[in-house]
Amino acid sequence: MKKRTLTQTTPGDKLMTFVVYFVTILVALICLYPLYFTVIASISDPYAVYTGKVSFFPVGFTLDSYKEVIKNDQIWQGYANTTFYTVVGTMFNLALTIPGAYALSKQKMFGRGFLMMLFVVTMYFSGGMIPTYILYKNLHLVDTRAILCIVGGLSVYNLIVTRTYFQNSISEELYEAARIDGANELRIFWNFALPLSGPIIAVMALYYAVGHWGSYFSAMIYVTKTSYQPLQLVLRRILILNETAFAETMDLAVSDEELAAAARRSYLATTMKYSLVFIASAPMLAAYPFVQKFFVKGVMVGSLKG
Amino acid sequence: MAATYAHSNSPRGIHYLAKRLRESWQWYLLLLPALAYIIIFEYGPMYGVQIAFRNYRPTRGIWGSDWVGLKHMIRFFQYPYFWMMIKNTLSITLYSLATFPCAIIFALMLNEIGVLKVKKSIQMLTYMPHFLSEVVVCSLVILFLDRTTGPINNMIAALGGTRSNFIADPNAFSTIFVWSGVWQNLGWNSILYISALTAVPMELHEAARIDGANRFQIIWHINLPSILPTIIITFLLRMGGLMSVGFSKIYLLQNSLNLDTSTVISTYVYEIGLLGGQFSYSTAIGLFNNVVNIIILLLANKITSLVSETSLF
Repeated sequence: MKKRTLTQTTPGDKLMTFVVYFVTILVALICLYPLYFTVIASISDPYAVYTGKVSFFPVGFTLDSYKEVIKNDQIWQGYANTTFYTVVGTMFNLALTIPGAYALSKQKMFGRGFLMMLFVVTMYFSGGMIPTYILYKNLHLVDTRAILCIVGGLSVYNLIVTRTYFQNSISEELYEAARIDGANELRIFWNFALPLSGPIIAVMALYYAVGHWGSYFSAMIYVTKTSYQPLQLVLRRILILNETAFAETMDLAVSDEELAAAARRSYLATTMKYSLVFIASAPMLAAYPFVQKFFVKGVMVGSLKG
Repeated sequence: MAATYAHSNSPRGIHYLAKRLRESWQWYLLLLPALAYIIIFEYGPMYGVQIAFRNYRPTRGIWGSDWVGLKHMIRFFQYPYFWMMIKNTLSITLYSLATFPCAIIFALMLNEIGVLKVKKSIQMLTYMPHFLSEVVVCSLVILFLDRTTGPINNMIAALGGTRSNFIADPNAFSTIFVWSGVWQNLGWNSILYISALTAVPMELHEAARIDGANRFQIIWHINLPSILPTIIITFLLRMGGLMSVGFSKIYLLQNSLNLDTSTVISTYVYEIGLLGGQFSYSTAIGLFNNVVNIIILLLANKITSLVSETSLF
């Protein structure tokens, strides 16, 4: 009832309602369309896509481009590598972030301000690309799988978000009660704080995992072995640098039939790119509806200043 | 005074320190992995940044390389393309900064939608691109702008325009870079504002209604001021990265034809440093970039703390 009286007053307000709905829905459609187009282009007839006949609905359904893409071993190798880096890297991230943030949430910890400052400084100042590379080189981490799990091991932003969560969501009295019962601080963390921090662990795991999944740059700098490369680097080679995604190399065309096949392949190259985009993003987008609210929660916790 | 220092309850007494350390050591243990990580992998490179003032040779190590002072910095300032890079870096970042209000306007509009289901659906759709990887977003940009097969050129052709190879056009680079970023992050960036807007007390709106305010006036005089602290904090955080534009994304969209506008300081550091092997020179450039960033952040923080109550530090 209140909503009605607030929204329906002057003609100007009605115009406002119209504009608001129009603009926001338009924005949402613009956000959706490239993803929708990716899906329909990937299952459409390559020639129809090539000639621009596909815009809102798939034309001439075919799965040829998917069939061709899944033959490419590099893509599966990249997928496997990325999964490995994401799982191991995220566990490493959590092992650093959660206990660290818990400790920093303790007002009584001696030297807390100074320690916090040590972390915050790294948000604004860094040694830069080359000194970092030299360090990894000296530690013999370049061109190993380990480096891609270690790089970006700690996001100070995430550390602060987690610390804020510990400060605001778990009451100090609970800890006091445990202390009176004779539990030491490590036990309190393990038995009391950790079981209560499920939501923040989920949020952090997701944040870090998305980061690992999408990163290509560290791999480009630190890893040259093709067999170690994550999916994003394979994608970059095929989608950005335009290397062919066909599993087998193309023979030089001689006969008319082979020429026609070559032409068809060049059309297929475009739809294969769309199917590759879809294959690479599918896990993320499939999980998205279920994990969406955790992400939003993470942003909210982070916005509390502290 | 000396007597109180000796007392065990005195804040500065040695016993007090021992007590505090005894109280804290288990927390230190929990903090240790994170602390060790940043000391090795963040402060380690910061220590290595001194090669900006040396002639670094891998065989000699950081300490064994000769000091050359500001030689590398000066060389960079005298580099013929120095101003081109500064100009490119600044124009791309100022351009993206100019799109900063988009998320605010979007949040203010979304807040006006009374039907909760519509609002939630729009939010869900607009957050989605945020979860695509950089490589995928840039691939989509390149695919969509393709001269012969891209949907955007198809649309232009259908409307009677001429097809254009946008991705190779130096003049289009910053527009492509900035607006693909808006596409990817508009919804996500609006989350904070949307949540701040839900905290605006309903009574304020009702009071304004009674005073005869229309909806636009309510947004302008009530909603906007109430999310101002959030806006300022977000803005300051953005300012801190002003000179370090999303390097990895620029690198993906860069090609030999748009280099005139797509070469920024950080891509240059990568090119000559890691690919070209000029470690000291590129470290000096990176350091220069970082220092400029910090100066901009401190200035922005100073200015906002003068004109408003909100600031980062």
